[in-house]
Amino acid sequence: MSPGFQGRRRAAEPNLPPGQYLTEDFPVLSAGPTPRVSLTDWEFVLSTETGAESRWSWDEMWALPTETPMVDIHCVTHWSKLGTNWRGVSIDTLLDGVDTAADYALVHSYGGYTTNLPLDDLRDGQAWIVHQYDGADLPAEHGGPARLLVPHLYFWKSAKWVRGIRLGLTDEPGFWETAGYHDYGDPWREQRYQGD
Amino acid sequence: MARTAIPGRLTKRAGWWVARLVERREETATACTLVLEVPDWPGHLPGQHVDLRLTAEDGYQAARSYSVSAPADGERIEVTVQRVPDGEVSPYLIEGLSVGDQIEVRGPVGGYFIWRMTEPAPVLLVGGGSGIAPLMAMIRARRAAGSRVPFRLIYSVRSERDIYFADELRRRVRDDQGLDVAYVYTREVPESSPARAHRIAVADLNTHGWPPQLEPTNFVCGPTGFVEAVSDILVALGHEPRRVKTERFGPTGA
Repeated sequence: MSPGFQGRRRAAEPNLPPGQYLTEDFPVLSAGPTPRVSLTDWEFVLSTETGAESRWSWDEMWALPTETPMVDIHCVTHWSKLGTNWRGVSIDTLLDGVDTAADYALVHSYGGYTTNLPLDDLRDGQAWIVHQYDGADLPAEHGGPARLLVPHLYFWKSAKWVRGIRLGLTDEPGFWETAGYHDYGDPWREQRYQGD
Repeated sequence: MARTAIPGRLTKRAGWWVARLVERREETATACTLVLEVPDWPGHLPGQHVDLRLTAEDGYQAARSYSVSAPADGERIEVTVQRVPDGEVSPYLIEGLSVGDQIEVRGPVGGYFIWRMTEPAPVLLVGGGSGIAPLMAMIRARRAAGSRVPFRLIYSVRSERDIYFADELRRRVRDDQGLDVAYVYTREVPESSPARAHRIAVADLNTHGWPPQLEPTNFVCGPTGFVEAVSDILVALGHEPRRVKTERFGPTGA
């Protein structure tokens, strides 16, 4: 197909989904300016389909038990980064005691960004609100002070500058999903764009 | 004639299109424009991007995203590629791919970093290095549509030699009414320029941008640090964050 193209010869990497290449640094991709959120103003709101709300201030959030996931991350623009280290609160912890029959979650961010996922993809140790990367505070351009981390889906689902999650009975596409990207975004099935 | 641009959506025909390289143009010592012919291409909007995919003899594949640098023109699309030292794909695109060769294309992709010519708001384009590519697609689309929407471009480059589309930008400023171009040189300033070499700063954006009261749309594209700096300044100058659209790239080491 591409005469003379060799590609970068490297050992087979079983943790690399199809169509991805490894990167050592940490590219930044966002659609607008980096929001700057002060920790005193920061809050996280979880609302259910009935309108019931749970709120956490910065101090309240980080008084909860934290976990230190080490995970691989995969960006739809084809880069993957293996073995990244984070610290944060499991979504299971935030959902504990929340009464909901919702199937869907719409995540929203400071700055107006949104993304949607099935609620099941946020449960059972699959997702966190993280505020540290590699042992240090999460830099603003990577979503600090806090972002969602859902490593089993393409990274646009891991909303930066996360502000809250709204649970609902119906699926509501978010920012990139309404711009032609796949509704679910499984890297192993290369669900990049609508129709994949 | 399939000239219809899809407003921010991928065509139903998902998957890869086979394209042929029909022309290449050197832009700088390290960048060139590839003109590809894609049968049945559905069109695209200025600012959208495409994925290009290469396949080695043993089936190994590598894909990368590139902004389109020219507006829709029948079955032709143009991408402008900067050679990434030690890169996996860009050196092949610049040196390995010959006119007549085939390559796979996917897209168009992206419904956000686009200029729609129905929008009357003035436009500020701020490009760093190869970040000019999607902005050039907007400048060319404006010209092609005969639009009078006021455009300003601030283009940050290391030196005069690093300006992409240099001749065309000179022509456009002369011929396209309502287009202004200002350069910021970060390493080496031409003799004719009174300014010193510097990284883009508040004064550049204040002088050559639009006042926030005019509610311009600001498009910023370049390396991460550049985009962070420019978008922070624009917001600090009073521009509504939603009117500051950004496209960041690299460094990704590939």
